[in-house]
Amino acid sequence: MDIPYTVEVRRDTGLTNGKIGIWLFLASEVMLFGALFASYILIRTGAPSWPRGDTILNVPLATFNTLVLISSSVTMVMAWASLMRHRFGTFRIYMGATILLGFVFLVVKYFEYSHKFENGLYPSTNNFLAIYFTLTGLHMLHVFGGMMVNAYFLGPGSKLWKTNPEWFANRVEHSGLFWHFVDLVWIFLFPTLYLL
Amino acid sequence: MTEPAAVAAPKPHIAHEVPHEALGFWRKYVFSTDHKVIGIQYAITGLLFLLFGFSLMMLMRWQLAYPGAALPLLGRLLGEARMPGGTMLPEFYNELGAMHGTIMVFLGVVPLAVGGFGNFVVPLQIGAQDMAFPRLNMASYWSFFLGGVTMLASFLVPGGAAQGGWTSYTPLSVLAGTGQTMWLIGMIFLITSSLLGAINFITTIIQLRAKGLTFLRFPFFVWTQFVTAFLLLLAFPPLEAAAVMQLMDRVAGTSFFLPSGLVVSGQVVAVAGGGNPLLWQHLFWFLAHPEVYVLILPGMGIVAEIIANNTRKPLWGYRSMVYSLVFLGFMSFIVWAHHMFMTGMGTAMAAFFQTTTMIISIPSVVILTALIISLWGGSIRFNTPMLFAVAFLPMFGIGGLTGLPLGLNVADIPLHDTYYVIAHFHYVVAPGTIFALFAGIYYWFPKATGRKMNETLGKIHFFGSLVCMNVVFMPMFLMGLAGVSRRLFDGGASYAFAQPVLHLNVVSSWGAWTLAIFQIPFIFNFFWSIWKGEQTDGNPWQATTIEWAAPSPPPHGNFPVAPEAYRGPYEYSVPGAAKDFLPQYEA
Amino acid sequence: MTSDHAADIDRHVRVYITVFGALMALTIITVVVSRFHLPVPIAVSVALLVATIKGSLVACYFMHLISEKKLIYAVLMLTAVFFVALLALPAVTVHNGYWIH
Repeated sequence: MDIPYTVEVRRDTGLTNGKIGIWLFLASEVMLFGALFASYILIRTGAPSWPRGDTILNVPLATFNTLVLISSSVTMVMAWASLMRHRFGTFRIYMGATILLGFVFLVVKYFEYSHKFENGLYPSTNNFLAIYFTLTGLHMLHVFGGMMVNAYFLGPGSKLWKTNPEWFANRVEHSGLFWHFVDLVWIFLFPTLYLL
Repeated sequence: MTEPAAVAAPKPHIAHEVPHEALGFWRKYVFSTDHKVIGIQYAITGLLFLLFGFSLMMLMRWQLAYPGAALPLLGRLLGEARMPGGTMLPEFYNELGAMHGTIMVFLGVVPLAVGGFGNFVVPLQIGAQDMAFPRLNMASYWSFFLGGVTMLASFLVPGGAAQGGWTSYTPLSVLAGTGQTMWLIGMIFLITSSLLGAINFITTIIQLRAKGLTFLRFPFFVWTQFVTAFLLLLAFPPLEAAAVMQLMDRVAGTSFFLPSGLVVSGQVVAVAGGGNPLLWQHLFWFLAHPEVYVLILPGMGIVAEIIANNTRKPLWGYRSMVYSLVFLGFMSFIVWAHHMFMTGMGTAMAAFFQTTTMIISIPSVVILTALIISLWGGSIRFNTPMLFAVAFLPMFGIGGLTGLPLGLNVADIPLHDTYYVIAHFHYVVAPGTIFALFAGIYYWFPKATGRKMNETLGKIHFFGSLVCMNVVFMPMFLMGLAGVSRRLFDGGASYAFAQPVLHLNVVSSWGAWTLAIFQIPFIFNFFWSIWKGEQTDGNPWQATTIEWAAPSPPPHGNFPVAPEAYRGPYEYSVPGAAKDFLPQYEA
Repeated sequence: MTSDHAADIDRHVRVYITVFGALMALTIITVVVSRFHLPVPIAVSVALLVATIKGSLVACYFMHLISEKKLIYAVLMLTAVFFVALLALPAVTVHNGYWIH
């Protein structure tokens, strides 16, 4: 038994199951981060005073991290484009770079976190740090999750390329959509937390 | 696409290379990816949780009817930490209350209505072989299962289960014991499960519907599941975020929900402060109001199927019902703060939310009215599923109409914290949704097993339950109107003004215990019929929708040939036709 | 598939590189602007405007939303409506009320 429309598109929707599935998942993710942003707005507008992010957080490191994540988005989309051009070797290079850049992001984040802890700044210190650690922590979990999926497609998952290249390219595209979404969230997190 | 050199095998699926019949016991019945097996797993787990949640309530009803009296036998078994000498401790009462609500909503009704009926029936009704993502479906069930186990285990941790009500209002819940942490972790599993399920349902309904099955040819049940899935998909994530924040408050010492200068037992709590307890309520009700519709919509869908089938008539106003349903789903996202009129909301926003609430009552009334008019002039077959479905109409009607005063800011304030609210939403969910779910079990049992459930036992179950449900909940309206608070450990015994209505507690309690007795015929019937019930063919109810084209029980892959839809879902008693029903799947 | 398709991808790749450059530039701009310590309402507007432009670029080009199917648009429109409700209504309701901070 084969589920239809895993590889070929259904004619009236023009989409595969996976494409709809990943977008629905991203819609729910929008609401997840939306609730955290809503909390940020409510708590900040209710607070008598609110620190500017750059007085507590390290803007140069975060700017670097923003550039890293944006670059990883480009390598991700290039990985997919390489598959569309049937260049499996190039795909592996770009996919590897994407994972590596994700790793760099996490390492920088680790130094940021540990620097805060060394200075006695914890989530419990004040609500600015509470929302900072919660939002970036949840975002880091997403980065980690995306890296795991990408690593799967670089490693054991890439066997599918030999048997069904079209399906494999679709899967990489979907994993890319998630990765770009994680990048997109960071694009909003960065000014909200660090610059305002 | 020019295929790479090494390509030869066109086979798209690796996972399905092993034929289903060759799978071992574990893969076939436990870690199955077949939507029917998962549906039945969900349904049975959901039914067990319903029974368990009901048992918690029966214990509470003892304390409410006879405050402070020792419960014979069972009381001592529950131990000194809960019921010393058989008398219930207030803390244990609170645990029972919080977990009754949580279990009934998140582990009982929703898994049965969406996970059970949705999984089993929807792919069959749209003529699909399975769900779009079978492995995701399995993950959804097991995530639900883990959530359930976490919730159950929370009774055993020191200090017992969560005591903050099913709403887990802050700041109380942040300061509560370990049980609350378990509750939050359990909720995160349950939310994950629902999200996976919702993605799967929407994709399946859009992509895998049979040839010719356009959206306006969907059975109403499919429509209800479709809208429900969207509610789950978009309303649950904010509660997940809120659960994460409450977990942070409890574990990492943040103050999302703790205001500055919070005083507990005369001591200022040592937290940073600056948080807002109302934030939790907003995020909670952003889910929990749509959740009300998650509870009721699948029930309406089941009732619509059974009414059309047993009146042998098309549903009256099918299109209006569908449009109402979609509108209702949309509106359900912007009415949530009517649960919060008591929190010192300003008049402008109160007016906004009471207006949206009045607006959302219109589509519900349209659907209910269409179902009632559908009965008109039909030659009705009063079999057990139909009895439950017909009873749903007035019971849900009572629940819905008594909700209107609660949607109005001014009327809500005196009523909100009384038993009136308990009576209102239990009429919606207990004799409402749960009756619809019973109807669905009797109706689709032959599809799942190939045998019908016994009619006599079914009727005993129905009439007993109908009477008892009303004996349980009708007195609560009176107590609520008399002003008795819904959160009292002694049921109001210590309040002078409650004395004239106090005897109603005893009536409710005996109603609840008798209700339990009337579930015994159902439980017996359920198991007995699996092996000994009257054998049936594929379409025992002479129904029109596509699930009846499959053999009973349907094999893996469901249909011998892929069905096609040629007409709308309820072509009953068509003039000039040879039989009184024209199935969707017959050319 | 055809060589048409390959040319298509080549064009895509050029777009990706352009978008990449724009994203880098906008990141630098937003950081530099924050150095000026503008009044809070203006700073918020500028930062969110830049973030929205960047976000749209990612969504439109990397996530191919610019040429997606209607169904996906419908789902995202629905999500956007509820997202706005979720962002605005709790804060508005709390601040319209009698809650003491």
